[in-house]
Amino acid sequence: MSDALLTVRGLKVVFDGFHAIDGLDLTVERNEIRFLIGPNGAGKTTLVDAITGLVKPAEGSILFEGSELVGRREHQIVRSGVGRTFQTPTVFEQLSVLENVDVAASFRLALPKLLRARRGTTPAVTAALEAVGLDALADAPAGTLSHGQRQWLEVAMVLCQGPRLLLLDEPVAGMTGEERTRTGELIQRIAGEGTTVLVIEHDMDFVRRFATRVTVMHEGRILTEGTVSEVQQDETVREVYLGRPRDARGAGTTEVVA
Amino acid sequence: MSTLQKLFPSRSGRAAFLVRFTLAAATLLLVAPALLNDFRLGLLARYLCLAIIAVGIGLAWGQGGMLVLGQGLFFGLGGYAMGMHMKLEEAAAQNLDVPDFMSWSGVESLPALWKPFESAAFAIAACVLIPMVVAALLGTLIFRQRVRGAYFAILSQAMAAAFVIVLIGQQGLTGGTNGLTNFQSFFGLRLADPADKRTLYLLVVVVFLVVFLIARQLVRSRYGKVLIACRDAEDRVRFLGYDPTLVKVVAYAAAAGMAGLAGALYVPVVGIMSPALLGVVPSIEMVIWVALGGRTVLAWAAAGAIIVSWARTDLSERFPSGWLYAQGALFILVIAFAPKGLAGVSEGLQAHARRLWARRGGGGVREQEPAEKRVEVAA
Repeated sequence: MSDALLTVRGLKVVFDGFHAIDGLDLTVERNEIRFLIGPNGAGKTTLVDAITGLVKPAEGSILFEGSELVGRREHQIVRSGVGRTFQTPTVFEQLSVLENVDVAASFRLALPKLLRARRGTTPAVTAALEAVGLDALADAPAGTLSHGQRQWLEVAMVLCQGPRLLLLDEPVAGMTGEERTRTGELIQRIAGEGTTVLVIEHDMDFVRRFATRVTVMHEGRILTEGTVSEVQQDETVREVYLGRPRDARGAGTTEVVA
Repeated sequence: MSTLQKLFPSRSGRAAFLVRFTLAAATLLLVAPALLNDFRLGLLARYLCLAIIAVGIGLAWGQGGMLVLGQGLFFGLGGYAMGMHMKLEEAAAQNLDVPDFMSWSGVESLPALWKPFESAAFAIAACVLIPMVVAALLGTLIFRQRVRGAYFAILSQAMAAAFVIVLIGQQGLTGGTNGLTNFQSFFGLRLADPADKRTLYLLVVVVFLVVFLIARQLVRSRYGKVLIACRDAEDRVRFLGYDPTLVKVVAYAAAAGMAGLAGALYVPVVGIMSPALLGVVPSIEMVIWVALGGRTVLAWAAAGAIIVSWARTDLSERFPSGWLYAQGALFILVIAFAPKGLAGVSEGLQAHARRLWARRGGGGVREQEPAEKRVEVAA
């Protein structure tokens, strides 16, 4: 606990009387790859939205490196070192792949420097493009990329900003097996280089392979937390995913939790 | 790394621009004064003032996605600032306490608002800075509230309308509906003198070219890319650590400064600044020029202002009262068949020409289009 990077305490997010997040506590430590799983509607994306300032919590506190994020605006939270991607990747279609990453990498430049034209690429941009394997497509308009490539581009954009906490919302959705493996390996490399990663993911196979710790959310709260195998043994998790224990003998058992 | 280095902005693109820009500058500075009579040259000076507004609209709307339907406000702020100074200069030359129109309204002593405009330096700075400061304040309030799209357009238009109401209501201070008129001189240039008018024309050309280069630098810079990013996905830009409010305010204020500068030059060139030049209808016309020319290409935005204004003069001379129909028809044609404006038409023609060239056995030689073809682009 001593090395906590992110500490969420008593968080509540309410949409029109519906408690999307209902008194949630969460601690993420430095350099871990934390996976956030849970059934649809559990509030996983809402949690990430609250951390990054997209939704305003009704109550609670979110401490990042000891300073409060609640009440700060989105770009200020990014500037304090929290990066994120979205479930549906949004890239700037009119700009080239390289320009997309360069825009992201230039976010700390003061206006006078921003007013100069780009000459060449910075090492951070090159490294980010190579990390996601888009260096060959650097000159292509981002609008021509496939869904999977856009996800890679989003990752490259957030990578080159050097965040200390990286929030990935379903980064492998719609990717093939091989692409998933590459993404997983990339996440491991990012974590090895000192970025803490919090991943929302549904694919249990992916979670098993790459998670150091798993947090299970259900109905706006943390259900349980632990290593992959600990979570898989947990009876309440089985209940949440598969309904009541009596019905839990369906074919889905092996697929989702086993 | 080596593959990436190949992708950097090519020198040839820059060379092509330099050729086009030099040709356009030479045409405006040397050819036009040699070929056009004084009357036509005066008209061209007026069109270039309007083209300066169009460059700003191209920046704010084409690159930044802000549909600025009220640029008349900033055009007017710049125009009145210059007009006030010119009026005071003349009053001083004639040993009058107040400009002529004030004494007609029974104003005997100079209002406090007018006092600072006795200074030429103040007036020149005010032409650009007042519109920019007003735009920065309004923009911050509007963009911070995440007002955009049609709501922003309507709001910007309402501001121009409100400005007109204020101007008309303050007869003694602003000249009311008549505005400021009856100018004799502009920093020592006698406005009735043909030689001085040519000097004024050259000044307008130089200012236009400088404004164009500034706008182009803004578009080419990293900031320009962030601005496009804001236009296309503002909410995403926030999560890259930029404040879209600030990004948009810069472009909005720059466009306002350009409109103000245009207004300041318009006064000596045309000899009048009045509410009729900057209300809702003129403000919409400014946007139409840019839509016709092509909002995403600065040079075409400027060309749109010149072409439409020229067509207006030409058609009005031949078919009085026919212009409104022609303008409407032109607008419908562009919306229906060329949504990217003349810029899109030109792009299509060039692509077509390249294909023909390749088929004729150009043997893969990818020649740039002859620069002469694109003179009007930069003009």
